[in-house]
Amino acid sequence: MTADDRERQWADWMVAGLGGDEAAYRRLLTALAPALRGKVRRALARWGVPDADAEDIVQDALLAIHLKRHTWRREDAIGPWIEAIARYKLVDALRRRGRRGEVPIDGLGDFLPGDDDPAENLGRRDAERLVDRLGGTQGRIVRAVAVEGTSIRDTAQSLGMNEGAVRVALHRGLKTLSKLYRVEP
Amino acid sequence: MRTDDLISALAADHAVEPGPRGLVAAAIAVGVAVAAVLFVVALGVRPDAVAALGTPRFPLKFVLTLALAVTATRLLLALARPGADPRRAARWLALPTILVFVALVAELLAVPADAWSARLVGRNAAVCLVAIPSLAIAPVAALFVALRRTAPTAPARTGAVAGLAAGALAATLYAAHCPDDSPLFVATWYGLSVALVTVAGAALGVRLLRW
Repeated sequence: MTADDRERQWADWMVAGLGGDEAAYRRLLTALAPALRGKVRRALARWGVPDADAEDIVQDALLAIHLKRHTWRREDAIGPWIEAIARYKLVDALRRRGRRGEVPIDGLGDFLPGDDDPAENLGRRDAERLVDRLGGTQGRIVRAVAVEGTSIRDTAQSLGMNEGAVRVALHRGLKTLSKLYRVEP
Repeated sequence: MRTDDLISALAADHAVEPGPRGLVAAAIAVGVAVAAVLFVVALGVRPDAVAALGTPRFPLKFVLTLALAVTATRLLLALARPGADPRRAARWLALPTILVFVALVAELLAVPADAWSARLVGRNAAVCLVAIPSLAIAPVAALFVALRRTAPTAPARTGAVAGLAAGALAATLYAAHCPDDSPLFVATWYGLSVALVTVAGAALGVRLLRW
């Protein structure tokens, strides 16, 4: 599969996801994770930064891709859009590490497949602590849906809320989580 | 948390925010409405406005400021979208720039040299320098609220262009009050006022437009 085919596939999944097709959207995110991981690891290696942080940056980028997906239009190529978000999050992470000025802002290279390594699929910053800091209903809902894999409907039932309120709290929780990634560890 | 777990949570969240175009359009509507109220209360349209519409210089002010507002807004939309190439939209900023230069040359040809400095200094440059940035506050604020929901990858530049667009909108309102119509005055004092708002926008962008 060429890079163009792959990006066309990503765009199709994104369009379906924006139309409410959860399965297609999950396929997109699942395909993006290893592509982002490879890109982030290569960039960290190039700048001599230990790649223990790689998965945090991947998760931060995935959250941004999700929360900012309304800034992509179906007539735009999806590759440059993803690339720009990944680069922004990467540079942001390195800047927070006090490497301001040493970070080239281009030349991160193309996405390469085959960088998936599920064993290292864990963020060093321990996003569960970030979820703990969410607190309250948002934290409980993000934890239930993400970590425990509970459906929205079951989460709503166990919390005695309606599904709409659970969805709103989930969305707000993910936005807060995205902010927490940007706070100093 | 494993990345796969995060993906589960993301896939379960179906909420999609409105696109940059709608957000920016709403921000301009709200920002200009608030600025217009401030304009009517504090300044008001100049008394001879209807008669002045028949002269070349008074309507020209609106052509210049609106051309800048429209082209700056176009560029702003390109900056709000990751991966969008802003260069094409940026080139359109040449349009208001060329219009200003043509107007300046025409004015220098139409007016004798000994009247140039009086035209440039005008009657109320100080009011202009205070009024345009003041009228720009609401549009800047509304645009920043909108832009925070988009994804600008160059926060300083995006903030600057938001200031440019808001300053041009404020200048469009102010032009209806301002008794000075010479392109010499407009290029100098409107230009300086809009530049102030642009610089403020860049400074605010660095702080407020990170995501």
